[in-house]
Amino acid sequence: MKLTDEEQGMIDGKYGKAVAMAMSILTKLGQIYDAEEMIPISQVHIDSSAYKTIGEAGLEFAEKLADSGARFCVPTTLNPTSRDIKRWREFRIPPNFAEKSRRLEQAYLRMGAIPTWTCAPYLYGVIPRFGQQIAWAESNAITFVNSVIGARTARYGDFADICAAITGRVPKFSLHLSQNRAGEVLLKLQASSLINWDDDSIYPLIGYIVGSTAQGRIPVIDGIPNNVTSDQLKGLSAAAASSGAVALFHILGVTPEAATYQDAFQGKEPLQIINIGEEELLKARQDLSTVEEGKIDLVIIGCPHASLPEVEQLVQVLAGRKVCQEVDLWVQTNRTVYYWLEQTDLLNSLNFSGIKVITDTCIFSWPLDNWDFQLLVTNSAKFAHYAPSMLQTQVVFGNLEKCVEAAVKGEVRRS
Amino acid sequence: MQSEIGSGKSIVAGVSEGFALVSSQPFSFWGDLDPETGKIINPRSNLFGESIRDKVFVYPHGRGSSTTSAVLLEAVRCSNAPCAIINVEVESILALGAIVAQEVYGRTVPMLAVAEEVFHLLHTGDYLLVDAIAGKLYRKDQF
Repeated sequence: MKLTDEEQGMIDGKYGKAVAMAMSILTKLGQIYDAEEMIPISQVHIDSSAYKTIGEAGLEFAEKLADSGARFCVPTTLNPTSRDIKRWREFRIPPNFAEKSRRLEQAYLRMGAIPTWTCAPYLYGVIPRFGQQIAWAESNAITFVNSVIGARTARYGDFADICAAITGRVPKFSLHLSQNRAGEVLLKLQASSLINWDDDSIYPLIGYIVGSTAQGRIPVIDGIPNNVTSDQLKGLSAAAASSGAVALFHILGVTPEAATYQDAFQGKEPLQIINIGEEELLKARQDLSTVEEGKIDLVIIGCPHASLPEVEQLVQVLAGRKVCQEVDLWVQTNRTVYYWLEQTDLLNSLNFSGIKVITDTCIFSWPLDNWDFQLLVTNSAKFAHYAPSMLQTQVVFGNLEKCVEAAVKGEVRRS
Repeated sequence: MQSEIGSGKSIVAGVSEGFALVSSQPFSFWGDLDPETGKIINPRSNLFGESIRDKVFVYPHGRGSSTTSAVLLEAVRCSNAPCAIINVEVESILALGAIVAQEVYGRTVPMLAVAEEVFHLLHTGDYLLVDAIAGKLYRKDQF
């Protein structure tokens, strides 16, 4: 690989041990994927931020780097940590676990990270522009930022994100290059009575199908209305990045690299054309719920983290009703949204209805030993996809109305 | 006796051997694996309950979370990692977990990318020798 003098200096230890290790890891990655050189990136999003998922190994890695004096050299945002930093006791997070989480948080802050603690860094904060070269981790965020914003990142995972933040470099490969961003398969949505664009659950459902049918190829989706909102695209991106390894999709007439069919495929023809119809929609809906009815324990809204409009929508659908005594409804979001909720009447409305707002973290990021949840309900396909394995619970997927009904009544019924 | 099954591209160099555990489904280390036991915990997986520890883990390609690198590293730290991984397409997220494991723990999880024709020749229970230096894959009768 061709390295600049500065990059070679990094490997040779001119800038310290941490930079040398980080650069060595990144150049090895580049060699595997035949990158000819490294490129500078101007911001990073780190997903190695939850102690629960990166474990002791990850904590050792981050603390070792911070202890050696490593500093992030570009603006670096953080994914959720493993506790609500202010109110972790309220969510029954074990104290020794909270302490490990605190240590990991401190390691990142010592290196200069921005304490965003969110999996939706594209909503509020340090948002990249179209075409900007960045290094993001967190699968849903990677997909959103590549597809909807048109910034450029490969599918980075834990540690690559930290190394990129320390060196400000990544290998020139994958989705950093224009020619690797062309659409490969065309997914055509067939008109169907099952598609109701006013029902938000259609977007995660389509995303879920996109992820499983794309099979590692870049999908171009035809048939989504161009008034689709960022929140709806958030649900779609998160679903596509859960059921598949989708890091970039295009939507004809919607996303910035797909103004026309020609643009989306960069003048080439699709390798395959796949129709998505009623059969696929019914199957996806079926696959996402493990049961159809029963008494429920918890409703989760905000996977990925809820935006302010999503919380407003929730309050509207609640219409002053209260969550059933035996049931919890948790909204997962970040501090920015929480601040706005406090400034408006929304937090009061949520409190009145008995809803808890979690910030900085999400339910996948800490142990639930002190809770007894059997059946969860959610409007997120990503959450419904991971809950059975990560939380060992049953799950029902439905739209926001279904989630609120379940929370108020304490049960879901076959629809 | 050993017979060559085919060749592939070495993604993470190293030589290793063990029993194959083969899945036709894509796999995400985060959400599908418990690194503290080495067992597959996703009830929707066709390998639910199986252990990948010291196996030659064979599946077509990755899917889902970008936390795969960390879960692989944690599995290495807990000595529950597979002894080698064979994919049709090795994702950079997975390769990175192995690179960091080498840097931090000095342990290698060799990874080999093979063509689909070779992938279809592999079955659970085969005893495989993965040479991810020369880029060769062998089946062994005796071990």
